[in-house]
Amino acid sequence: MSEKAIVCKDLTKRFGDFFAVNHISFDVDQGEIFGFLGANGAGKTTAMRMLCGLSYPTSGEASVAGYNVFKQQEDIKRNIGYMSQKFSLYESLTVRENIRFYGGVYGLSDKQLKEKGDELITKLGMEKEAKMMVGSLPLGWKQKLAFSVAIIHQPRIVFLDEPTGGVDPVTRRQFWDLIYDAADSGITVFVTTHYMDEAEYCNRISVMVDGRIDALDTPANLKQQFEAASMNEVFYALARTAKRSAD
Amino acid sequence: MDTVTLQNVSKSYGKNVPPALQDVSFSVKKGELFGLIGPDGAGKSTIFRILTTLLLSDKGTATVAGYDVVKNYHEIRSCVGYMPGKFSLYQDLTIEENLHFFATLFGTTVEANYALIKDIYEQIAPFKDRRAGKLSGGMKQKLALCCALVHRPEVLFLDEPTTGVDAVSRKEFWEMLQRLKQEGITIVVSTPYMDEASLCERIALIQTGQILSIDTPANIIKAYPGKLYALRAPKVYLLLKDTRQYEGMAQCYAAGDTLHLSFKDEAKDHPAGLLSWLESKGHKGVSIEEITPDIEDCFIAKTSIHE
Amino acid sequence: MKQFMVFVRKEFYHVFRDRRTLLILFGLPVMQILLFGYALTTEIKNAEIIVVDHAGDAASQQLTTMIAASKYFDINASDKSDEDIYKAFKKGKVKCAVVFPIGFGNDLLNGEVAQIQIIADASDPNTAKTLTNYLTAITAEYQQQINPTANIPMRIEPVTRMLYNPELNGSMNFVPGVMALVLMIICTTLTSVSIVREKEMGTMEILLVSPFKPTYVVLAKAVPYLALSLIDLIIILLLAVVALNMPIRGSIILLLLESTLFIISCLSLGLLISSVTRSQQTAMMVSMMGMMLPTILFTGFIFPLENMPWPLQFISNLLPSRWFYVIVKAVMLKGLGIGVIWKETLVLAGMTVLLLTISIKSFKTRLS
Repeated sequence: MSEKAIVCKDLTKRFGDFFAVNHISFDVDQGEIFGFLGANGAGKTTAMRMLCGLSYPTSGEASVAGYNVFKQQEDIKRNIGYMSQKFSLYESLTVRENIRFYGGVYGLSDKQLKEKGDELITKLGMEKEAKMMVGSLPLGWKQKLAFSVAIIHQPRIVFLDEPTGGVDPVTRRQFWDLIYDAADSGITVFVTTHYMDEAEYCNRISVMVDGRIDALDTPANLKQQFEAASMNEVFYALARTAKRSAD
Repeated sequence: MDTVTLQNVSKSYGKNVPPALQDVSFSVKKGELFGLIGPDGAGKSTIFRILTTLLLSDKGTATVAGYDVVKNYHEIRSCVGYMPGKFSLYQDLTIEENLHFFATLFGTTVEANYALIKDIYEQIAPFKDRRAGKLSGGMKQKLALCCALVHRPEVLFLDEPTTGVDAVSRKEFWEMLQRLKQEGITIVVSTPYMDEASLCERIALIQTGQILSIDTPANIIKAYPGKLYALRAPKVYLLLKDTRQYEGMAQCYAAGDTLHLSFKDEAKDHPAGLLSWLESKGHKGVSIEEITPDIEDCFIAKTSIHE
Repeated sequence: MKQFMVFVRKEFYHVFRDRRTLLILFGLPVMQILLFGYALTTEIKNAEIIVVDHAGDAASQQLTTMIAASKYFDINASDKSDEDIYKAFKKGKVKCAVVFPIGFGNDLLNGEVAQIQIIADASDPNTAKTLTNYLTAITAEYQQQINPTANIPMRIEPVTRMLYNPELNGSMNFVPGVMALVLMIICTTLTSVSIVREKEMGTMEILLVSPFKPTYVVLAKAVPYLALSLIDLIIILLLAVVALNMPIRGSIILLLLESTLFIISCLSLGLLISSVTRSQQTAMMVSMMGMMLPTILFTGFIFPLENMPWPLQFISNLLPSRWFYVIVKAVMLKGLGIGVIWKETLVLAGMTVLLLTISIKSFKTRLS
């Protein structure tokens, strides 16, 4: 598919004379896993908010899932999924109730909810836990469930904000299996992470420094370009040039 | 004598939840940089809270600097430095006020032990009149470390000091820890980032309240059971799915842009067998090589044995 | 000791750097005293009044002049008919009317009982009551003037037409109640929130791991808030005297001492709340809502305790504010000394010691 999931041109967000996001331009293909990296305070969250239709850019252009970030924020929200480490499911609802709730929010019919819910529970192997409160599940399970719920309406793009923070390595792998699976089914995955090894799972990576995108390429090309053995070194080489103190 | 010891410590927070710690024992030598490596919920924070006398264990004994954590908690409180997992300074106080407050609280002055914190403090000193709440993650972390060090503790407990901090600040932080080690301070540090394990002298891998193994990072890697291979091909996800179908496969998981895998039976399942099988599945440009596992591979191997 | 002082100073930093705390500390008492004070204060100035003079003699005119001259009334109209009074009342502009019957002056001079009729719009009973009281007072003053050495009973009898509630408490009784309420809320809220905040922020962990004794943490928390509450107390007293014209008839020293005792009991209560709550929100809810309602209900300044069934009276006895209210009324309004209120003081002191002990004991030296 040649259609672009995200198109960004000179996207800028300014607070007073502070450029939180400074003229960034990039495209993301449909079905691509796109890593969005940057040190704390480099402007990742601000950029992601604009793309999710949560805040207006100061200037520039961007379209997400084919919709304009200035004029069609509601359409954008209908066509994306969102999950972050902080955003979690309702702890006092059961697994199934959470699925029903979020599916309902995105307008799934009762029949779809039932089918999708069963499918999701089977896929995660959570048949036994379906009636348990989400609060009593281990963190890794919650994260996997949260991700599955975020894409229950088959959005065109899913935004993941540090989805695997603090999760054990085995579960982290399983989480990435889910991400690959989603990408395989055509969902674009836009992900931020602090784990540099995870960055290498992505098809392409951008690194933000001081509100700009200073590097954008496949992990292999970036490593070559920076003569680095790992993404960690690439990131370090880039982030070291930052002038802005974070937050 | 060991500076920190735990013997058969167990702790549970309630009947209906799995125990936070099960029969945990380890010891930390004087002047050692010891790492507790494990994911969230492994029990790292509980260990720190028991050692810093904030929590009582259900079973077992523990000592810090020769003092019992239950009987001599007051003595322990004056000789340890503790940095909890969450940024725990006063957000509405400036850098200088925070430091001064904690120095006085521990019955000392900033000047008395300035040599110890000088290197770290000078990095944030230009902002000393800024309130802690307005600092960046890296700066907060440095300030918290200064406050934990200001009374020159014998033992320093750092609970996930690098969580949520970007790669650059993390690197700097570990460099600071190496310098503190030179000063003879015993350091116990926890982290969920497996790649930081190699920066510790000895580590304990911990998962769901149980210690998986304790040794130097090198020895843990040496003890990896069997051989580990790295597999490469252009279509990673498809490769992963297909490789898992292969009969002799013990474990296969993604690690960056490559797959890490091990065979059930080294004698039978040669890499060559896998390669031809993959080719029959239509994969092109597949390469395989034996690699040295890293701590994360060891952790994954240990957890799967545990399960 | 130095540690203690540094801790106290830190607390002051917290207070002065947080607008919300400052607002609770200084905005809330001013607002509440003025709001409650004026909402229930009954002094009314320049109320419009209608005088219907059927007598038209010297005496009635003199009295009318006095009414007009007083700062309380403006005469809206004279020589109207009784009908006009009702019309004016319905418009709502006039709240009160005086009717002199025919022969008022004669009756007065002949030593008979001279009657005047006072009609008040009792749809606002408080105002109505106050206005009739003023008129009665003016009438009495007039009597005094025309016959300073009266040995024959020369009387004007105001006949008031409205429901008169002699039990209704005036603003005098109200201010001590508001004082108790305001101090109670501020002291418990601020202390509980300030400790729970340290728990929430995680700083409590560091404080506990330090050699600073947990008991001192409690005391170091209490001291700044005691000082600030005393400032609050002075603000409240000043407001009461200046803005609400409250007298302080008894000893100010005694009043301050008794208030300090009450403040300490509230601070202890706040400490106690903080050791059983985990979030600032809960602490705030418990201290504000949980304390406000019982204090309003059971202190006795709005609902008379004497008329309550015994279980409620029993509950009221458990509230420090109930005893403090009695003490403040006695000292401020009646000018009584410790000799009369020693029993209440003792109860309050006992409660304070008990609360403080429990709160220090319940403060944990470890987490959970």
